[in-house]
Amino acid sequence: MTTTLENVDIPTKRRRSVSARQNLMGWLFVGPFGIVFIALLIVPIFYALYLSLFQKSMIGGTRFVLFGNYAKAFTDPSFLDGVWFVIRFSLVLIPLQMAVSLAIALILDIVITRYARFSRLMIFMPYAIPTVIGALMWGFLYSDNFGPLAEIFEAFGQQAPDFLSSSLIFYGLLNIVTWQWAGYYMIIIYAALQGIDPTLYEAARIDGASQWQIVLRIKIPLLTPALLLILVFALIGTLQFFNEPQILQQLAAGAIPNDFTPNMYAYQQAFSLANYNYGATISFALGAVVFVCVYIFLFATRKRGSFTS
Amino acid sequence: MKTKAVIAGAATLVLAGALVSCSAGGDDSGDGGGGGGSDASNCTNTITKTDLPVVTMWAWYPNMETVVDNFNEASDDVQVCWTNAGAGGDAYDKFQTAISAGSGAPDVMMVEADRIPTFQVQDALVDLSDLGYEDVKDNFSEGAWKDVSVGDGIYGAPVDGGPMGMIYRTDIFEQYGLTAPTTWQELESTAQALKDAGGPVFASFAANQPATTTAYFYGNGAEPFTYDPANEGEIGINLNSPEIKEVLDYWDGLVDKGLVGTEDQFTPEYIAGVIGGDYATYLSAAWAPGYLQGAGVGEGADAGVWGVAPMPQWDPANPISINWGGSAFVVSSQASNPELAAKVAFGVYADQASLDEGWQQQIIFPLNANVLSSAEFQDYEVPFFSGQQANKEVYVPAADAYTGMTYTPLGQYYYTALTNQIAAIIDGSATGSEAADALQADVVAYAEEQGFTVVE
Repeated sequence: MTTTLENVDIPTKRRRSVSARQNLMGWLFVGPFGIVFIALLIVPIFYALYLSLFQKSMIGGTRFVLFGNYAKAFTDPSFLDGVWFVIRFSLVLIPLQMAVSLAIALILDIVITRYARFSRLMIFMPYAIPTVIGALMWGFLYSDNFGPLAEIFEAFGQQAPDFLSSSLIFYGLLNIVTWQWAGYYMIIIYAALQGIDPTLYEAARIDGASQWQIVLRIKIPLLTPALLLILVFALIGTLQFFNEPQILQQLAAGAIPNDFTPNMYAYQQAFSLANYNYGATISFALGAVVFVCVYIFLFATRKRGSFTS
Repeated sequence: MKTKAVIAGAATLVLAGALVSCSAGGDDSGDGGGGGGSDASNCTNTITKTDLPVVTMWAWYPNMETVVDNFNEASDDVQVCWTNAGAGGDAYDKFQTAISAGSGAPDVMMVEADRIPTFQVQDALVDLSDLGYEDVKDNFSEGAWKDVSVGDGIYGAPVDGGPMGMIYRTDIFEQYGLTAPTTWQELESTAQALKDAGGPVFASFAANQPATTTAYFYGNGAEPFTYDPANEGEIGINLNSPEIKEVLDYWDGLVDKGLVGTEDQFTPEYIAGVIGGDYATYLSAAWAPGYLQGAGVGEGADAGVWGVAPMPQWDPANPISINWGGSAFVVSSQASNPELAAKVAFGVYADQASLDEGWQQQIIFPLNANVLSSAEFQDYEVPFFSGQQANKEVYVPAADAYTGMTYTPLGQYYYTALTNQIAAIIDGSATGSEAADALQADVVAYAEEQGFTVVE
């Protein structure tokens, strides 16, 4: 640093001033993020916590209820059914998404033609489309009247399945979310694949390993950290499920009630029913559920994923 | 090195400042209409008389731009600053948020009558009884006033209504030799006959139509709610009465027999079905032809195939006229000058030119008695109905006979609960009677939670 400019008698003092300056620099760099983080995340979280301890009713005004709202939330079928739905949804969605994105990434890694680049871009594209537009688009594709699905089935004299009915909406949403996110996850896995040292493959081939063995014994084990990262992303994202069902609700109000997912329920409580207290409670309770789920997951996989250590 | 550190520090500070001011700016624009009555910078319309006081307004009538210009042109003491804050639910959610926040609401807002008590109970609306109501009292029917009243207070300036009728496909009726049913029992047998002959479903029963279903309740003489803010805290809830059960069981039967469609209404899917002749009728309000036309119905292949007949009755000896929708202008309690705001609420869609354009384009069904009784309106040969004099034959009698409904401050919740129950009827998990009982329990529990004393 600036050693040549001054001569300082006591080395310890000098060292302190350098570290103080470095500290200041550090704070300056973290500063912008810190300000935004506190203003837009920490403060609202504490405000929501504060709100959730009160209950305002139309008659009688606001009362302090301590954890009364939480007691209500964890016995409220609307909230619990919503949580149960997103958990069930995660259990099907996440493995499916990961299998699809892993398979595509592995194929794109092996196939090196001039179409690979183009395919990669095309597969990634759904992620670049806003969720709102994606959901609307699928709403039309599922349509009985103008959807291609209906026409294909009609060509064989069959009735197309109605993915917007209450019995099939689960699969309808599954398809939309997989379509939207698989490309993004594929890019993460693909990037991780590029980071693997190619001499490993060469060594394996010299040892007589087939392409399939290389995938199973070398690539997938080395991809574990990336896969776990995706899993956590997907878990958090799915438990917070909101955009797609909220948009599709306009096309299928019967199949998607306002308490379909906990986030939608919180939105309805806060912004339609003016029940900000209970809305805040549900958001907080959902946050707790997400935290617990992710913690359990990370705890269970703590030895496998390098990013947890 | 030193200078670099200084530059880096300064840059981060500037950046942080920019970010903070960005987020602050975002908050400001989120307010939408502004409020306070003087902020005219967010208007959709252009105000030419800039020296006059300004009243802010949210409304979503399709011809609002002309209406506002007409009003501003004629007015010499106030100007309207109009914003479209979204139709129905979107606008209510924004208004609700502004009310809870204590600022950000417009001075005047367009609301459907069924939402008025929900906002009134939160002290969000101004009572217009002494603010010009007397001057226009005679222009509207008793039913029209009842719809915008809560107890003794008048909380809205009526503009348009939704007397209901049965819009039907003349081509389908002709092809299968049907006549318009006059009772609900007849409707069922007609629908059965149509189905047996291989025709389309007769009507539609949709989960996203709680307001229509509520109108059906009234059509059977039900009185789902009684509410008078004079006895604050007391509300009558009667959602599992025999009349309501009869209505829900009736529709449950139609669904089970496959005589009606169960798709959501107002979706592109549904409209495509209407155009394609998937439904023989559309039981709807007087504003529906305008809505359908706007969505592309009545053009091309299905042009000239629409007619309208009165709504079926339960008891033809004692017919009951029902209403779906229609809106009024309310004055928000955040209005800085309630008197000017009331002037706008009563005046903005009341001039002859605006009203005429409204009904001729079928955007609104006016409630103004002067228009309703005029020969021009009564004899109008509605193009959508191939020249049928729909006003004289169906809608004016329905509007005249309408006596009003009692809406409830629980409206928003009630509609959600009813939507859930209709969905349960449609997917077969509840009968009509079971749905009515569940609805009653659900809404009563909510009312009690909100601090009301419930009279069942």
